[in-house]
Amino acid sequence: MTTADSRFVQVDGLSRSFPGERGGEALTVFEQVNFAIARGEFICVIGHSGCGKSTILNILAGLDQPSQGVALMEGREIAGPSLDHGVIFQNHSLLPWQSTLQNVSFAVAARHRDWSRAQILAHSRQYLDLVGLNGVEDRRPSQLSGGMRQRVGIARAFAIEPKLLLMDEPFGALDALTRGTIQDELVRICQQTTQTAFMITHDVDEAMLLADKILLMTNGPKARIAEIVEVSLPRPRSRSTVIFEPNYYPIRNHLVDFLVSRSKTFRDQPPTGYDPRHPPQVRPQADGSAAPQHPATSGAPHDP
Amino acid sequence: MRSLPVRAALLSLVLLLVGAGLWEAASTAPESAEAVSEYDMLVAGAGEKARVPGPSAVIAHAWAALSDPFYDRGSNDKGIGIQLGYSVGRVLTGYLLAALVAIPIGFVIGMSPLWQRALDPFIQVLKPVSPLAWMPLALFVIQDSALSAIFVIFICSIWPMLINTAFGVASVRRDYINVARTLELGRLRTALTVILPAAAPTIFTGMRISISIAWLVIVAAEMLVGGTGIGYYVWNEWNNLNLTSVIFSILMIGVVGMLLDRLLAGAARFVQYVD
Ligand SMILES: Nc1ncnc2c1ncn2[C@@H]1O[C@H](COP(=O)(O)OP(=O)(O)OP(=O)(O)O)[C@@H](O)[C@H]1O
Ligand SMILES: [Mg+2]
Repeated sequence: MTTADSRFVQVDGLSRSFPGERGGEALTVFEQVNFAIARGEFICVIGHSGCGKSTILNILAGLDQPSQGVALMEGREIAGPSLDHGVIFQNHSLLPWQSTLQNVSFAVAARHRDWSRAQILAHSRQYLDLVGLNGVEDRRPSQLSGGMRQRVGIARAFAIEPKLLLMDEPFGALDALTRGTIQDELVRICQQTTQTAFMITHDVDEAMLLADKILLMTNGPKARIAEIVEVSLPRPRSRSTVIFEPNYYPIRNHLVDFLVSRSKTFRDQPPTGYDPRHPPQVRPQADGSAAPQHPATSGAPHDP
Repeated sequence: MRSLPVRAALLSLVLLLVGAGLWEAASTAPESAEAVSEYDMLVAGAGEKARVPGPSAVIAHAWAALSDPFYDRGSNDKGIGIQLGYSVGRVLTGYLLAALVAIPIGFVIGMSPLWQRALDPFIQVLKPVSPLAWMPLALFVIQDSALSAIFVIFICSIWPMLINTAFGVASVRRDYINVARTLELGRLRTALTVILPAAAPTIFTGMRISISIAWLVIVAAEMLVGGTGIGYYVWNEWNNLNLTSVIFSILMIGVVGMLLDRLLAGAARFVQYVD
């Protein structure tokens, strides 16, 4: 992989503060955030509520501007929203007055302004098929189940074939069963399309199923990226088999341990040698190598 | 047990019959076979004169008027259909002109905080002015009574549409706008394909309020300017002391007002969406 490919998206020294209420002290949500996304890579972000995950995603989408630092895609600053960054929003945000098909074709028409109506519709149908939604094309979002809506959102985002796909807790509002089905679909689609993706989630298992790397964020304010966890699980992955991989529980325990205890203390008592510009990249393994600094994995609920 | 709509309709009918019965009873003179004093005679005589016509008289009048609503026998004797037609024509003209002005301006106000703040003082001052207060100025400037009535309708229709459009546009969900932005839609396309449909239900609510107000105002305006129209007609019948006709006109004003409202409510259904 060339450096251009390994630094397809590059985030350098990013920080974002919001002015305080009526002259109060400004709130720095996160600072010194650095990471890179390689072409075709799937990155997940995990961190407690309020640490600034959505804010980072909005900056990558060009919908928000950083206070300091820069976000680059293919070496150019992300200055505004564009068709190159597809976004699946936290609450699907389909246009409620349009049908399922229109919601997708609306986006496709914006992407391919020179296409004929027939081309646009055919392309849109193809992506609705991809997420298993044929037959509900004429229904409005309000007539779909939550899972179906989320799939329309996925179809819409994929149909414009963005260079970078940004997802903000896309399955947060779904029940576990539906979520599982759509996760499987997302795994399949991402494998088919080698899509570069950046996804926020609160679900450790979801992150491990999908991601190549997981960014762990400390609590806010002044949150940072504490570690980058490599998910060393072979692909193709599936929900039913991935748990039998020897590295599965070491990784999972590492993540849970971070969320439960280390995320609170990390910011104020960083381990020696921690440099936010180069957050350590860890690869938890069955033999205990690269294990967390203090081994607290044994009490995790799903330990085999 | 019948369904709710059927029972409601039956109840309405009962209320109508009871109401009409009481009205009829009150409007017919009591038979005074007893020995009548001079005073009684006097009061009864005065009551006879001042008595409001009863429903049977109104129905008989309605039957006659509605069997030939469009007759035209000179400027002071036209059918109720023609008079209502003039009024509806004025209301629709003034109202549509107001929509053409209010909706675009409301859009600008809703999209731009600068314009919102800049125009706010003018709106705050002009909105509470009774539309009829404009009438003398309109008559003076326009020099035409029919056009002045239209102008008054225009003025009174503007505010609800303007304010609702601005509110609807300003409160379009941020997510929808972000969708448009990530799709790189231009400002105009975003306005037409995202903001307009998103705000349309609120805009239509304003349009419904406006048409109701316009219909309220036209009667008063026509009483002032005279000539034609249902307002003028009511006033004219009052001058002729034809109260049967006045009561019938009141009912017709109500019916037409309801139809105008239903029309817009029906149109609003096309732009309604469930979030
Ligand atoms: N426009 C804004 N003005 C002021 N503060 C804001 C604004 N947007 C976000 N914040 C603050 O920034 C912090 C991070 O918000 P953000 O939405 O990025 O969190 P998050 O990590 O996505 O949380 P969650 O997991 O709950 O979605 C919060 O404390 C929030 O109050
Ligand atoms: Mg969020």
